[in-house]
Amino acid sequence: MSTTKHTLVALVEDKPGVLNRVASLFRRRGFNIESITVGHTEQPGLSRMTIVVSGDSAEVEQVRKQLDKAIPVIRVTDITEQDIVARELSLIKVKATSSTRSEIMQIVDIFRANIVDVAPNSLTVEVTGDEDKVGSLFELLRRFGIKEMVRTGRIALTRGSMT
Amino acid sequence: MKKTGAQILCESLIKEGAEVIFGILGGAILPVYDTFPQYPQLRHILVRHEQGAAFAADGYARATDKVGVCMATSGPGATNLVTGIANAYMDSVPIIAITGQVARHFIGKDAFQETDITGITLPITKYNYLVTDARELARIVKEAFYIAQTGRPGPVHIDIPRDVQMEEVEFVYPDKVNLPGYKFVSRVHPAQIKKAAALINSAERPLIIGGRGIIISQAYDELKELAEKAQIPVVTTLLGISSFPENHILSLGMLGMHGMAYANMAVQNADLIIAIGMRFDDRATGDTRTFAPHARIIHIDIDPAEIGKNVPVDVPIVGDVRSVLRVMNKEIDRRDHLDWLSQLEQWRQEHPSLEIREDDKVLPQYIIRQIYEATQGDAIIVTGVGQNQMWSAQHFIYTKPNSLLSAGGLGPMGYELPGAMGAKVACPGELVWSIAGDGGFQMTMQELATIAQENIAVKIAIINNGYLGMVRQWQELFYEHRYVATQLQNPDFVKIAEAYDIPGVRVKRKEEIIPAIYKAIDYPGPFLIDFFVEPEENVYPMVPGGGTLSQMLELPKPEMVSH
Repeated sequence: MSTTKHTLVALVEDKPGVLNRVASLFRRRGFNIESITVGHTEQPGLSRMTIVVSGDSAEVEQVRKQLDKAIPVIRVTDITEQDIVARELSLIKVKATSSTRSEIMQIVDIFRANIVDVAPNSLTVEVTGDEDKVGSLFELLRRFGIKEMVRTGRIALTRGSMT
Repeated sequence: MKKTGAQILCESLIKEGAEVIFGILGGAILPVYDTFPQYPQLRHILVRHEQGAAFAADGYARATDKVGVCMATSGPGATNLVTGIANAYMDSVPIIAITGQVARHFIGKDAFQETDITGITLPITKYNYLVTDARELARIVKEAFYIAQTGRPGPVHIDIPRDVQMEEVEFVYPDKVNLPGYKFVSRVHPAQIKKAAALINSAERPLIIGGRGIIISQAYDELKELAEKAQIPVVTTLLGISSFPENHILSLGMLGMHGMAYANMAVQNADLIIAIGMRFDDRATGDTRTFAPHARIIHIDIDPAEIGKNVPVDVPIVGDVRSVLRVMNKEIDRRDHLDWLSQLEQWRQEHPSLEIREDDKVLPQYIIRQIYEATQGDAIIVTGVGQNQMWSAQHFIYTKPNSLLSAGGLGPMGYELPGAMGAKVACPGELVWSIAGDGGFQMTMQELATIAQENIAVKIAIINNGYLGMVRQWQELFYEHRYVATQLQNPDFVKIAEAYDIPGVRVKRKEEIIPAIYKAIDYPGPFLIDFFVEPEENVYPMVPGGGTLSQMLELPKPEMVSH
């Protein structure tokens, strides 16, 4: 079976130790997390985890079931095949000189990204989008010299109405 | 009314029906122990090592449909429970492990006897709690018992800081649990059952593989009805032994690495496997790529995560085994499967896996068979791990439901004595045999002191071959007889028993076997028999580790036989 990236969304109780429980489960069953994001939801007391994992469908289904079994996990859905809006945020601190600054700003403009910090030797760029967009911008900025960069990992919602 | 955390714990335990606690105290659990005199309904049994407490709670739970409770102090007390908790987790046994913890303001400060025990037990419990407020204690105990017993059972651990045990708060026992994330299937899915029934009704060579799920859900009658109605032969996993009477014409005994040759041949030739309450452990399946090559598979299990985990299945049915079988049995046609059953009978004749050779020596197989003969199956057998376990599984004929308690998944040597202790405390009217190896016995034999102090009348049979026998067998067969670190220079076990005021006998000759067994049975208290057995006796049949069930080493034809 072919290995693909899957996006799992887990609704979990907002209690101490829940992230540890989920992370421990991945480690124990030998699954690699590509990214995981956790944050509050519209429901008080509940957090939402968006987890990106690679694996074939059977492996990912096994992950999903094991996660679902964890008691603080209310519900897990594999939304890979669904119509979703997925985004991640990245901050990229890129080297900038007087001669490269305007070129960098043009690239940033094309990507509809923002400059959020300007320093004598660098610019910090904020970009939001899917992984491809963030990755492409990173590749284009790489030749100027990347000083630091951080990515949040994917967050995702299914499109349309939520019942 | 205000009560201390310790009182709340005891009263909550009583409300949940706990009667016995196996444990050892220490500083961080002392406030709880200090309240015990107020609650004479709770019997505390002081063990000699915390591992024994966890094993005893496990044996207590396996032998009954109750939850076993064990208790220890913080730090080393808690870490000593770990093997027993892991064992209960692997075999789905409902136990509650309660540990003391250092006071809240010491947590994270590396205080004396502080261990992050909830961090340690996280992957080996169904759930665990660190109680940070005495007001939550009653709710947590209620949840713990609920989680341990429902769905797929398992251990729950509660870690209670010392100052929480002393904190005085209002005690209100909740009447309901509220666990939005805890789900288990209680409703049977009729469409899947119809699909399964259609496969069963059209199968020519169907086979049931019964697991511990049948015992947990007490589906003995339902399993028998299914087998008899459609004339389907039954093999069991190690933990499924005693889910189906082994003297039944349709019983083929255990499958797997040391299963009956004809049981494995049945698996490899079946056209339909009905796997009930089992999880396709590698010791049962051998190489999964060659497992049951001609069979479609119906898998009934309460844990959805077990479906498709090790072996792909054709018809999954998630649910309680008993409820599923009750519905399914109505959809099953009466069949006779005469060709299939006569083929199996022929294999059984050609490959008599249970035949014990005529020998004047003290053969372990013969001892187990004689314990069966003396008890006629009316006993609870608690085994260790290794050769003693396999001979006990093979040569005792289990006709009584839930009469074998064996630590299968984790495979911890030393389970047999504390496990038997727990079973005997739970079922004082039953004859409980602890079948040990000489290696494993020395891992938990300090519980002889507990047995003597509490007068727990277990019968102990040591299958003493002077080796870590199963490992020696592997060294003989797969490491060219290089016996590295498997030879044991043992103490005199009869003298050891006597030192604890437990009588015992040593058996060195065949004719002494039967009288010794009767002596043990007739003695009103605990009794030990040290059987000096043939040192290099092997367990057969055997499927080499990772091998296919089709290729077994058999006795009395020790050459590789292929089918």
